[in-house]
Amino acid sequence: MNRIRKAGCNESEAMARLSKQETIKSGNRGIMERHSRSPLFLVSWLPDFLLIFSCVPVFLIYSSAAAENVVIGSKKFTESYVLGEIAKRSLNDTGISAEHRQGMGGTIIVWEALRGGKINAYPEYTGTIATEILKSDQPLSLDQIRNSLAKFDVGMTNPLGFNNTYALVMRRSEAQRLGIRSISDLRKYPELKFGLTHEFLERQDGWRPLRERYPLPQHNVIGIDHALGYSALANGSIAVKDAYSTDAKIEQNDLVVLEDDLHFFPKYEAVFLFRSSMRADAIAALRHLEGTLDETRMIRLNAEAERTKNYTRAADLYFEHGSKSAATVGESFRQKLALWTLRHLQLAGFSLLFSIIFGIPLGIIASRGGAFGQVILGFAGVVQTIPSLALLALLVPLPFFGISVRTAIAALFLYGLLPIVRNTATGLQDIPRALRDSAVALGLSPITRLWEIYLPMASRSILSGIKTSAVINIGTATLAALIGAGGLGEPIISGLNLNDHVTILEGAIPAAVLALLVQWSFDLLDRVLIPKGLRL
Amino acid sequence: MSALLRLIDVSKRYANTYALHPTNLSIERGKTIVLIGPSGCGKSTLLRLIIRLIEPDCGSIQFNGELITVENINTLRRRIGYVIQEGGLFPHLTARANVVLMARHLGKSQDEMHNRLLQLCELTRFSENLLPRYPGELSGGQRQRVSLMRALMLSPELLLLDEPLGALDPLVRASLQTDLKEIFARLGQTVIFVTHDLAEAIYFGNEIALMNEGRIVQKGTITDLREKPADPFVREFINAQRGIASV
Repeated sequence: MNRIRKAGCNESEAMARLSKQETIKSGNRGIMERHSRSPLFLVSWLPDFLLIFSCVPVFLIYSSAAAENVVIGSKKFTESYVLGEIAKRSLNDTGISAEHRQGMGGTIIVWEALRGGKINAYPEYTGTIATEILKSDQPLSLDQIRNSLAKFDVGMTNPLGFNNTYALVMRRSEAQRLGIRSISDLRKYPELKFGLTHEFLERQDGWRPLRERYPLPQHNVIGIDHALGYSALANGSIAVKDAYSTDAKIEQNDLVVLEDDLHFFPKYEAVFLFRSSMRADAIAALRHLEGTLDETRMIRLNAEAERTKNYTRAADLYFEHGSKSAATVGESFRQKLALWTLRHLQLAGFSLLFSIIFGIPLGIIASRGGAFGQVILGFAGVVQTIPSLALLALLVPLPFFGISVRTAIAALFLYGLLPIVRNTATGLQDIPRALRDSAVALGLSPITRLWEIYLPMASRSILSGIKTSAVINIGTATLAALIGAGGLGEPIISGLNLNDHVTILEGAIPAAVLALLVQWSFDLLDRVLIPKGLRL
Repeated sequence: MSALLRLIDVSKRYANTYALHPTNLSIERGKTIVLIGPSGCGKSTLLRLIIRLIEPDCGSIQFNGELITVENINTLRRRIGYVIQEGGLFPHLTARANVVLMARHLGKSQDEMHNRLLQLCELTRFSENLLPRYPGELSGGQRQRVSLMRALMLSPELLLLDEPLGALDPLVRASLQTDLKEIFARLGQTVIFVTHDLAEAIYFGNEIALMNEGRIVQKGTITDLREKPADPFVREFINAQRGIASV
């Protein structure tokens, strides 16, 4: 489907670094930067968020406001980040003000951002351009690609020098022992066990056509997660797996890439795509990068980026001579944790706020029963049954959402709705009829009855719904990292992909502590908000 | 003397059963009428129709000569006090807040409300010290006194009591009966009192309306009911309670 998926493992490591830059930049930069500094972020965020929620056009104006300087985009995996950083640095070095909007999402999202003018350039691969963007079912030459892109007012540099394509890899020791150098050599060992990523198993240029082409006799083929596959390869559970040819893991794990002697895999040569309207000196600066990065060098940069989690530094390696750029100081764990937690609280807090704002009125309507009430409860219930990951995936393609904090908050908001709606409705329905009658018989107006009698009497139930929502949100917000919205999910997902338990715990423990703290603070809140007479 | 409240052919039906057959009833000012009958006879339905907790299917109800409608009911409710068996006090409000709730919404001044509250405490023999308590901190009898204070707060012209003493133990009940009767007398209050207890009915009622199966079977003094029963049910009902009613 798309190049990004292939680089599943890198993507997450990348996210660990994203904490500040990417997530902040992916949304509304002005807002985020302002608030990330202010301790009162919750308060000062609110008007902006309401604004964003209420009027899409305003947002569009905001986000295209960065027209003066050159904006480089990148996709969500290590190599794309590094290339983005390299582009930014070369532009800066030639005196052009440039910024890098890291890890915006998948091919289509970044491509649309380019066409829409939100970014001016981004790194891409020729194979992806042909299949994903131009929807061609056969390989295209560079000129064909360039001509087709011209129709979109998009230009393309010549290849940067490396071909990042699919490859089959083995442990070096085992390959040497068996004398396997190319994919054809695999035919001699039908008993070898293959562990392939699920995407590779399904791709048009993946396992099935590959097996037919060579043809390969192996039947012992399992689907396995990309990162886990490396562990499986290391401990001998599998002998062969798929990778991409500049994957830093190849070097780290002492693997060999089997030669594609029948030239089955299409070429994925790295290039930069840019808007034809981009300033000429910026185009020239990107062109300057053509043919300067071979595969060995790219693997090294990727490895450096993954090791240090610092893309700027990895990109600096490319400019080995006279590197003057201020060394980016790695953030301490404490700083990272503070940023993750802050973002996590923002995600959970805002979504909860919206759940409350919408959930209580919906609950009030639902408490009156009738068809409409059933529809509300039904809708909230159905939302709850959609797996959170799927809900995120469903929201991302929608015009207003995409890869952003907004999407995460919207998904969490929908999740938080049901407990609040349901508890509000049952809390109100549980008020004894005698008390309802008394309120009516006194002559109180409907609004007063609701506000002064019914809602306070249902407060315990409503608050417990809010508490449930809050705890669910704290937990589910970890998934927001999958779409680059940051939070404590970043280390968790990085750790999952890297198979690194310490990194997982860096996110999991604070998230659990946060959930407990939220629970406690709501217990305290109960004492303030539930009227004393109901606590006797 | 003109009737304060007049029901003309008022009826209420649920599915195919009449909760109240077309009924005519009028209540004179300053009188206490007691609605009595077995449970399910329609006596509570009658009260609920008056205060419009339920809508009548047919007929009309006049209050002080004015037809009660959806438009004016909320204003009229403030001139009618309503007390139910469990008191109907809001648990999240203190006794004081319960009593002044409606007055506060009508914008009465603090002084006015405070003075009225003191009067009511004296009238209902409720200690002022208990006003800051929540209903959960009061005894059943105290709660009913608060409930009565709430109903009387705006000096209503009509007081509707739906088995107000039904949930109390006999001693508390007896003392509240005495107090209530004295209060009605002092205020010259017009009261509709629902009970299923004949002794209580006799104690309070100038006039007793005996109900059965959604109809007022007979209306009159206890002597009328006892000596000139309208049908066998009346005789049976009176006789069944004779022992305790000591008549």
